Amino acid sequence: MSLIALLGALEIGLVFALVALGVYLSFRVLQFPDLTVDGSFPLGAAVAAILIVNHVNPWLATATAALAGALAGLTTAWLNLRLGILNLLASILTMIALYSINLRIMGRPNVALLGENTVLSPLQDLALPVYVTTPLAFALAVLLIKALLDRFLNSELGLALRATGANPRMARAQGIHTGQATYLGMALSNALVALAGALFAQSQGSADVTMGVGVIVVGLAAVIGGEALLNPRTVAWATAACVFGSLLYRLIVALALNADFLGLQAQDLNLITAALVAAALVLPRLRAGKTP
Amino acid sequence: MIEMRHVRVTFNAGTPLENPALRGIDLDIPAGQFLTVIGGNGAGKSTLLNALSGEINVSAGRISFDGQDVTRWPVAQRARWVARVFQDPLAGTCAELTIEENLALAAARGQWRSLRPALTAAARATFRDSLARLGLGLENRLQDRMSLLSGGQRQALSLLMATLQPMKILLLDEHTAALDPKTAAFVLELTRRIVAERQLTALMVTHSLRHALDVGTRTLMLHQGRIVLDIAGAERARLDVPDLLRLFEVAQGEPVTDDELLLG
Ligand SMILES: Nc1ncnc2c1ncn2[C@@H]1O[C@H](COP(=O)(O)OP(=O)(O)OP(=O)(O)O)[C@@H](O)[C@H]1O
Ligand SMILES: [Mg+2]
Repeated sequence: MSLIALLGALEIGLVFALVALGVYLSFRVLQFPDLTVDGSFPLGAAVAAILIVNHVNPWLATATAALAGALAGLTTAWLNLRLGILNLLASILTMIALYSINLRIMGRPNVALLGENTVLSPLQDLALPVYVTTPLAFALAVLLIKALLDRFLNSELGLALRATGANPRMARAQGIHTGQATYLGMALSNALVALAGALFAQSQGSADVTMGVGVIVVGLAAVIGGEALLNPRTVAWATAACVFGSLLYRLIVALALNADFLGLQAQDLNLITAALVAAALVLPRLRAGKTP
Repeated sequence: MIEMRHVRVTFNAGTPLENPALRGIDLDIPAGQFLTVIGGNGAGKSTLLNALSGEINVSAGRISFDGQDVTRWPVAQRARWVARVFQDPLAGTCAELTIEENLALAAARGQWRSLRPALTAAARATFRDSLARLGLGLENRLQDRMSLLSGGQRQALSLLMATLQPMKILLLDEHTAALDPKTAAFVLELTRRIVAERQLTALMVTHSLRHALDVGTRTLMLHQGRIVLDIAGAERARLDVPDLLRLFEVAQGEPVTDDELLLG
């Protein structure tokens, strides 16, 4: 594999580390199986892209994208908490609805960003090539967001969110309004995912309505894979495992696609992902010495 | 003073499964009183506690705490005034959180939760002190996960957690029932000590007539959703387990076969 291909894999891995952090918040912290992700990722891309081609400040466009993702998360939480729809189903409904909404936002299936002023544009003026500076910039962003998330989850409020997921009855008995905590967690989770979508569109040069397909599985692969390998005991390690899992996933995929003797092609990606998630799910049990 | 007026709870109202679990409870609990509650299976003891904690919406009647009507307050809102220890040691704590995180959660019961760090050096020092007084050696295990603790350790900790914040009433629903006799005795003694030291208002459900008389200052007997016996003071002091058992049998209308009631 060439250096450029390796750095490219890392770049995508870093963007999806944000997805993994979002998925960690919903699946692990709140224990809310949330498939909204497949819709909020392209939502973030769509909002950012359409604002950017209309010459809105790219930072504002990216922030708006994250906000749109938060709204998507709130919608899923509302369907679940207020209307009493099963959590998984509620998230599927939002995801499906977002497909139409994303098309409406973009007005067409694809918006190109080549030559537009994005948050990554300043990197072109640096001495180093963009295929080096972009992953570096993303690494800084991911580290910052990870640190903020750690800080949040170890705060009084963050602890309330973790209790809400771990033992809602106990949480309520401690005065935690579990409904509010769920809204907050779902908003944060999908804001992170939409932010990832916005950055992805800007680094890849376009937003596409189909770019959300399978994002949740990739996010899960990162979360579960990272957990299986690092076996985290604290919040800081758990979020580190998300980032690590996402990077590792991209490297494995890149290697698998590059290994000519395997004969794999890009369309086999979902198959590889499913196999990796299955492996990651089985690994901890094998290590514990139990047969699955 | 905690007041329950004509409180009724009917499960599955209007269906063939209609079940009147509480059929008009009138109860005044003055501050500082320690009540024990007995009654057969399905008598409505847990429902009574759940009505006080807000976990169950009453079908009729009124509940007030020091004059404030709390009948429609949800659990999270009532938590400011209500602390509780569940029967199931798993129910009252978060298994995957650490001991200190569980304590931090309880130390903020009913308080506004901000973005400040949940655990500070000062908080840890306080927790270590409180844990040391339990005498279980938990003061050196602040960072252990709750899931590593035994049922008895968890219940002792739940009790400690319940008392980290002021409350108007402490609800204990057979909180020693899931423990072996020795551990149960330890947790019961701890309960007695904490309630006395802090002069708490408390309501303890028990299946043991012995405990019902030995602990606290007033005893209620529930049967089919009604209070059928309410004794305190000299009258209660005169009673022994066989007397209470006889009263129990009269209320139930049948002889008691439950070994636990007799031997406990
Ligand atoms: N959530 C519920 N839904 C429907 N019925 C319920 C519910 N909770 C309790 N009940 C019913 O209400 C009645 C009183 O139950 P409760 O749990 O208060 O009894 P208890 O006195 O605590 O009994 P035990 O000693 O077995 O714990 C029982 O008939 C029970 O089946
Ligand atoms: Mg009960």
